[in-house]
Amino acid sequence: MQLDDLNAIAEKEKAAAKKVCLRTCMSAGCMSSQADVINKNLDAEVKARGLEGEVEVRRVGCMGFCGQGPLVGVDHDDGRHELFEFVKPEDAPAIVNSLKGGPCDVQRGDPQHPFFAKQVKIVRANGGIIDPESIEDYIAAGGYQALHQVLTEMKPAEVIEEITKSGLRGRGGAGYPTGLKWGTVAKSPGGKKYVVCNGDEGDPGAFMDRSVLESDPHLVLEGMAIAAYAVGADQGFLYVRAEYPLAISRLQIAIKQAKQLGLLGGGIFETPFIFNVDIRIGAGAFVCGEETALMASVEGKRGTPRPRPPFPAESGLWGCPTLINNVETFANIAPIIGRGADWYASFGTEKSKGTKVFALTGKITNNGLIEVPMGIPLRQIVEEMGGGAPDGRKIKSVQTGGPSGGCIPADFLDTPVDYESLTKLGSIMGSGGMVVMDDTTNMVEIARFYMEFCMDESCGKCIPCRAGTVQMHHLLEKIAQRKATLRDLIKLEELCDMVKNTSLCGLGQTAPNPVLSTLKFFRKEYEDLLQPDQFGPPGNGQPNPQSAPK
Amino acid sequence: MQATNISTGQNRLRRALDHASGDKRFKILEVHMKKHQFRQDALIEVLHKAQELFGYLEDDLLLFVAHKLKLPPSRVYGVATFYHFFNLKPQGEHTCVVCLGTACYVKGADKVMNALQDRLKIRPGETTPDGKVSLLTARCIGACGIAPAVTYDGHVAPKQTAEAALEKINQWK
Ligand SMILES: Cc1cc2nc3c(=O)[nH]c(=O)nc-3n(C[C@H](O)[C@H](O)[C@H](O)COP(=O)(O)O)c2cc1C
Ligand code: SF4
Ligand code: FES
Ligand code: FES
Repeated sequence: MQLDDLNAIAEKEKAAAKKVCLRTCMSAGCMSSQADVINKNLDAEVKARGLEGEVEVRRVGCMGFCGQGPLVGVDHDDGRHELFEFVKPEDAPAIVNSLKGGPCDVQRGDPQHPFFAKQVKIVRANGGIIDPESIEDYIAAGGYQALHQVLTEMKPAEVIEEITKSGLRGRGGAGYPTGLKWGTVAKSPGGKKYVVCNGDEGDPGAFMDRSVLESDPHLVLEGMAIAAYAVGADQGFLYVRAEYPLAISRLQIAIKQAKQLGLLGGGIFETPFIFNVDIRIGAGAFVCGEETALMASVEGKRGTPRPRPPFPAESGLWGCPTLINNVETFANIAPIIGRGADWYASFGTEKSKGTKVFALTGKITNNGLIEVPMGIPLRQIVEEMGGGAPDGRKIKSVQTGGPSGGCIPADFLDTPVDYESLTKLGSIMGSGGMVVMDDTTNMVEIARFYMEFCMDESCGKCIPCRAGTVQMHHLLEKIAQRKATLRDLIKLEELCDMVKNTSLCGLGQTAPNPVLSTLKFFRKEYEDLLQPDQFGPPGNGQPNPQSAPK
Repeated sequence: MQATNISTGQNRLRRALDHASGDKRFKILEVHMKKHQFRQDALIEVLHKAQELFGYLEDDLLLFVAHKLKLPPSRVYGVATFYHFFNLKPQGEHTCVVCLGTACYVKGADKVMNALQDRLKIRPGETTPDGKVSLLTARCIGACGIAPAVTYDGHVAPKQTAEAALEKINQWK
């Protein structure tokens, strides 16, 4: 495979394009409502009318507006786009009929709705457009050009330089500068190095990575290959959670196709560069998203974290230097190389560059996935794009960062969404889950819910987290059941402090965050549930005022 | 699995291997292990395959895997119990997995769960005494856009209500 061959595939694919394209979302959300049957029926209908010469029926990945699914998009040759929502298999004849101006009463969505219009798509540019099971589609959309450019025109150090310049930060939660991490792995001594893609996506309420893997698997593979070249690795692992069977099967197809075309394996683009990727399937443990636990799991062991340092960049899989990045981080790589670091850095804020994909869920009118430039005010996301809370309710808070994050109250909706601003509010950017809560939500109950999650998912290796989450959960239950006093609340706050500061890994260190952030902004809801203390206010020697929170 | 002395441990293994020799599924599993060159780091992949073939991971099966991958049984058992995805007990004829992730939870997954518990008279993680239905929970299956989601026999169903869930369960009776 050389550049000419790549371009020839793209040209052939483009030349075969038909006048009209009917795109059916075949991602997990819409598949749960028979999207596969819809696609089949559309295909049969087009053939039955002899339209296959001018109408293409294409299965595509997630279009983002999952709450309105199943979705069918129509691209007309005059540049018009249409969107059909809540499509049922029996709607196929009407939809095909409408192509020639026939009547069709299937609900139409508005492609110009702020939900779509305000998005800037870099990671999800191909999502809902190309067939995720066709490498030719990806190539026609410019795929694997960046890999070619890197292998034939750039030195590894130049690639790292470009990624550093783009300002890209890890999308898996912590926001560590990607270029810096690559540089560390590249510099680490050792002949064997690994690249690992973290597709564990354990945060409840988050499905950005799933949609990227299901909608555009080659984008992730290309990003991994570029990373491998930059850091000097020849083997990659894609760790995907078992809950995502569709993502796994699409990745398997993608890897096979890329190998067949010589875009993975040995001698890629007829250079000495070798890169192989294996899929590793998780087995339902949230903690395996933590990088050291993930590596243990890739090695076939119990997924328990270990202390860092040594960091994976120095000693990772089987003791070799290992680069671990999140799915979305890798998905940003090819666009950055292709269009330049400066172009990428023109999106976002000073310290948070580029775009971020968010999963907008919970009590919100428009459920789904959006990709927006960093720094966009939260209000624009939930009110304009998300359409606010349904049933005339008011938004009370927005939860970001999952069980490691916090609840941002409605008063702070004008906060720009970037790493620093969210951290300042006691929450985190996290991987991109945004669960909206309306005024019927009980915040103590939410804190209890997250604590239960952390308690269940604690791996049990260290005591502060293993025992602390159980105790905190117990106290939260007691408060919720109106059986607690101020003493219990103070004890809860002490425990939060202790678990946060003494746990071994991020799970324990951040487990108190939902409690702390709801206490910070909704303390009254806790206090309203407290019972009078028969010994009067705490203070006579117990609990110790010195360890009480400031 | 907790063999207290060597001879019972070996008896156990011999019995497990005897058991294995009469069952075609063990052959398939062994072919799968061979595909992974009996590599010890493929343990999780092998357990996935084992569960796919047998439905759950019984003790004999774990001993068989440990023997073939040359791993101590404690390691295999340790991995099998660590990950939620692996079942060590047989599951019901049908499975119903209610997602209790945040997005589903704030949209009323708890109500769906309560209705199912009341109807089936079992708690999450249990199977009805007649072996018909297992009631399980998940922590987000990535279908949050269509919350609350319930997986019935492996098929995800969108926007579930207590009524919809009970109707589905009734079809299994
Ligand atoms: C408990 C816990 C769970 C995590 N889960 C994930 C996850 O599901 N996906 C992910 O990409 N990173 C997760 N992380 C972060 C990873 O440890 C790691 O920082 C990340 O994969 C690095 O990639 P990035 O630099 O591209 O963000 C988790 C961390 C902790 C402490
Ligand atoms: S903090 Fe919790 S999850 Fe992390 S190592 Fe300790 S016990 Fe395990
Ligand atoms: S799953 Fe179909 S639009 Fe997201
Ligand atoms: S929270 Fe239920 S599918 Fe994500």
